[in-house]
Amino acid sequence: MITETLLTWTARIISGVSVRWVDSQPDTCQRVYFANHTSHLDVVLVWSALPADVRHLTRPIAAKDYWEGGSIRRHLAKVFNAMLIDRKEIKVHQSPIDMMLREIGKTHSLILFPEGGRSPGEEVGEFKSGLYYLGKKRPDLELIPVYINNMNRILPRGEFMPVPLLSSLTFGPPIWLEAGEPKMDFLARAREAVLSLKDN
Amino acid sequence: MRDWALLGTVLALLSLATFGGQWLKRQTTLGLDAKAVDSFNSRIQAWWFFSIVLGISFFHPILTVVLFGMLSFWALREYITLTPTTMGDHRALFWVFFFFTPTQFVLVGFNMYSLYSVLIPVYAFLFIAARAAISGDYRRFLERIAKIQFGLFVCVYCLSFVPALLFLECQSTEGDESASARLLFFFITMVLFSELAQFLCSRLLGKHLIAEAIDETRTWEGLLGGAAATAILGSVLFWATPFRHLWQVATMSILIACMSSAGALTMAAIRRDRGEVRSGTLIEGHGGVLSRIDAVCFAAPVFYHVTLVFFGRAGG
Repeated sequence: MITETLLTWTARIISGVSVRWVDSQPDTCQRVYFANHTSHLDVVLVWSALPADVRHLTRPIAAKDYWEGGSIRRHLAKVFNAMLIDRKEIKVHQSPIDMMLREIGKTHSLILFPEGGRSPGEEVGEFKSGLYYLGKKRPDLELIPVYINNMNRILPRGEFMPVPLLSSLTFGPPIWLEAGEPKMDFLARAREAVLSLKDN
Repeated sequence: MRDWALLGTVLALLSLATFGGQWLKRQTTLGLDAKAVDSFNSRIQAWWFFSIVLGISFFHPILTVVLFGMLSFWALREYITLTPTTMGDHRALFWVFFFFTPTQFVLVGFNMYSLYSVLIPVYAFLFIAARAAISGDYRRFLERIAKIQFGLFVCVYCLSFVPALLFLECQSTEGDESASARLLFFFITMVLFSELAQFLCSRLLGKHLIAEAIDETRTWEGLLGGAAATAILGSVLFWATPFRHLWQVATMSILIACMSSAGALTMAAIRRDRGEVRSGTLIEGHGGVLSRIDAVCFAAPVFYHVTLVFFGRAGG
């Protein structure tokens, strides 16, 4: 509890974040928040931007190799209830998508970074297919695009000390997978949904 | 006694301005530009803020230094956010934020003039250039260095001379402990009033724009009228200052008014260049500290040094 408060406030102070909801409202219904990924702080940032009641029902997806390195990171991952996914060895019989869906059940939401890893600079990389399969297997989930602006300058790739600039976080209106929509089309549309929040 | 008189006068002026601003806001029949009225009201808000902060300075100088330090940090944060920097500047920026900015205000707090007057223009400027060179990115090198140096100079170095006024001792007021707090209060009141007067004169008499592309409301008539109004108010507040002749107060007031206008215009140019591109989603919701302190930033170091040279205590 104390770590949580400390963590959310540290993230907010370092990133000077202003959170905006555009054509969208915070809600405890089951959702998948998907965002562009530019810094290590992104996971904590999106999670701490949600109102407390929503936050406690939301689990960020994070990379196992990073968040299991060292006891501090492991403790932090526990605090924000992260779901650690092994991005190195994905086996057929334990697909991460099935695991995610099993873990969230009928109550929890997810935070996902569909680019897979952090992209350098301001670019938003191509999305991996996880989001598509989530939408296909659970069509009732609301898919909320999130655009993180300026975090790449606050804590760029390869740096460990942040520079306290200002950033912004924009939540957009939900999208859904259309019936029979091809995978590539959907992923491109989802990526566009994130990018369109940039100038909104 | 003089402290309370000064506080009272400023409070009366402020209340009057606030009342006027709110009255203007309700006047829908006069056909006033709503944006201009809002801008007028936000200036008054900034004035209230500074007056309250400076009210504190009468009781606790160190607290004032700390408050201005935080203001500086925030302004620099907004400035660098608006300025495009690259990965190669990251380490230099880290030191700018976490070493040079706090150190400058700590030195001001200890009144070490010989150090804080050169910390940024000598050590920080050279350091920023060297640190960026070490990072190995040579693209647009001069441009990047200049941006960071200017930001640090305006937001931190210039602004730090506002609390530094609290430690400035003048010949004529030796032994009077609250004289420097009054000087600071006088200075801030002059800056904010000059901006307000400049704005009103521009609206009422303005014909010749100074730089249309940068600011569509700032006119030469506004500058002159603002300076004249500031000189009049300065003369009225004559008894609160360390200046001994009426013409000295008037000259200092005109100097403050000119520097304030120069500062506001310069920062408007920067915002014009960068602001509309990115500021929208990033600065919004933070109040825009940078646009409220622009006039103060330019006026502070000039006012400080002119006062020091002509009225400062010998050897002080």
